Amino acid sequence: MWRDALLVAGKDLRIEARSRVALWQVVPFAVLVLVLLAFAIGPDAAPLRAAAPGIFWIAVLFSTVLSIQRSVAIESGEGTRDGLRLSGIDPAGIFLGKAAAIGLQLLVLQIVLWAGVTFLFDVRVHVVWLAITASLVATVGLACAGVLYGALSAGLHVRDTLLPLLVLPVLAPVLLAGTKTWQAALDGNASSGTEWLRLLIPFAVIYLVIGIVLYGPLQEAA
Amino acid sequence: MTATGQTARPIPRAPAQSPSPSALSAAAAGRSPRWLSVVGLLGVIALGFTVWLGLWITPPDAVQGNLARLLYIHPPIATVALYWAGGVALVGSLLYLWPRTRSLFWDRLAASAVEVGAVFAALTLVTGSLWGRPAWGVWWTWDARLTSTALLLLLEIGYLALRRVPADPAVRARRCAVAAILVAIDVPIVHFSVDWWNTLHQGGTFLDPGFKLHAHGSMLWTFLLGFIAFSLIFVWLLGMRYRIEVLQDHVGDQELEVSLAERWDEGAGLAGAGAAVGVGVGTAPPPPSGSAP
Repeated sequence: MWRDALLVAGKDLRIEARSRVALWQVVPFAVLVLVLLAFAIGPDAAPLRAAAPGIFWIAVLFSTVLSIQRSVAIESGEGTRDGLRLSGIDPAGIFLGKAAAIGLQLLVLQIVLWAGVTFLFDVRVHVVWLAITASLVATVGLACAGVLYGALSAGLHVRDTLLPLLVLPVLAPVLLAGTKTWQAALDGNASSGTEWLRLLIPFAVIYLVIGIVLYGPLQEAA
Repeated sequence: MTATGQTARPIPRAPAQSPSPSALSAAAAGRSPRWLSVVGLLGVIALGFTVWLGLWITPPDAVQGNLARLLYIHPPIATVALYWAGGVALVGSLLYLWPRTRSLFWDRLAASAVEVGAVFAALTLVTGSLWGRPAWGVWWTWDARLTSTALLLLLEIGYLALRRVPADPAVRARRCAVAAILVAIDVPIVHFSVDWWNTLHQGGTFLDPGFKLHAHGSMLWTFLLGFIAFSLIFVWLLGMRYRIEVLQDHVGDQELEVSLAERWDEGAGLAGAGAAVGVGVGTAPPPPSGSAP
């Protein structure tokens, strides 16, 4: 399973390295979300600083949707899915591999966004380990839930409009807990942040386990 | 199609007219089973009694006055939305995915449960909101239980949107079963939200350790009757929705045949009318070419 996961992740990342879709479309989009939300909130420094964690996670969430759509699109070519099924790769391995590829891209994206909020909103993270832990755990959850819902909508002609409706409510807890954790990390209040990690960790574990179990049946349905 | 199509008319008509097995079972599904009607009748009677007891017989609450009367229906509705509908949807979906028990019965049951559950989730939010305005001063507050219930409704709407996407029944069933399991993850979150986050909404009503209801006798009975009434109505609606699901699938199977037959009848009727009225019908082309719509 792990070897298969590495194979699939390597394949997705190699495609990304050659096509640069995430780099030239998803990352600029995420930065655009930062700027747009800053416009919506106004030029005053205080409200912007207060909203910075939420803006960061909104940008991450929207970019996650784009990354999932891209990840599904890679597999939607003529006969690609059949090829993947014929290859004998363990479905759990495919799930983990695709999730790992998305997760890695999301981590890179979050580094860019971190720099973005620091630069644009003049905020500084005081408890760095807390913010990094939150990002790592949240990324596992986002990637796993994302790949699952991506597979759920794969092969549908309404895929692109249906996916955000399906996946964004599911990702809402990550937005909530991520924002709270980041707020705590900005304020230097570690104890209130670790409380919200208690929501992020089960989220990641639940979607990881469910994905490993259910990806097989889903793949057959696509 | 040209005039020669008329000679081919009996061929597409035949399957629609002959009583095919699927048409027979559709007719059977069209009759409501007796037990379901009984459940529905009992549910409506129980609901009527709940309304009567709740509005006229029970005394006003010591603290909340008449406002407490809404609590005869809000917790029962929420219970149905969360545990009954969520439970049936989860069990149905798991049994569908389990190869030994795989049958479209479980798929349809789960889908019906999600749809009825969505209605009850919406009612939960509405009744809670009506109560919240006088009691808390706001229609809506970002309380953990309210928010997670609203999320549940959105997740159910997402499921129903997924369900509407046309697909092969087996493919759709499998996809929806996975989606329903993912929706069901939110149910325990709603349940435990009042314990995990100590916000505005009061603690759980049932299933809580150390639960004791201190209430006036008639209030307690009305409260319990409300649970029975809404549970019966849930079973009734679930059964009705299940029948609609079966009928829909049959219609889907026969749609093409029936539509073809209808079009043929239409064409024949037009042709007949055209012939009878003569050239008077401007829109109807002459019979030989006009018979094929």
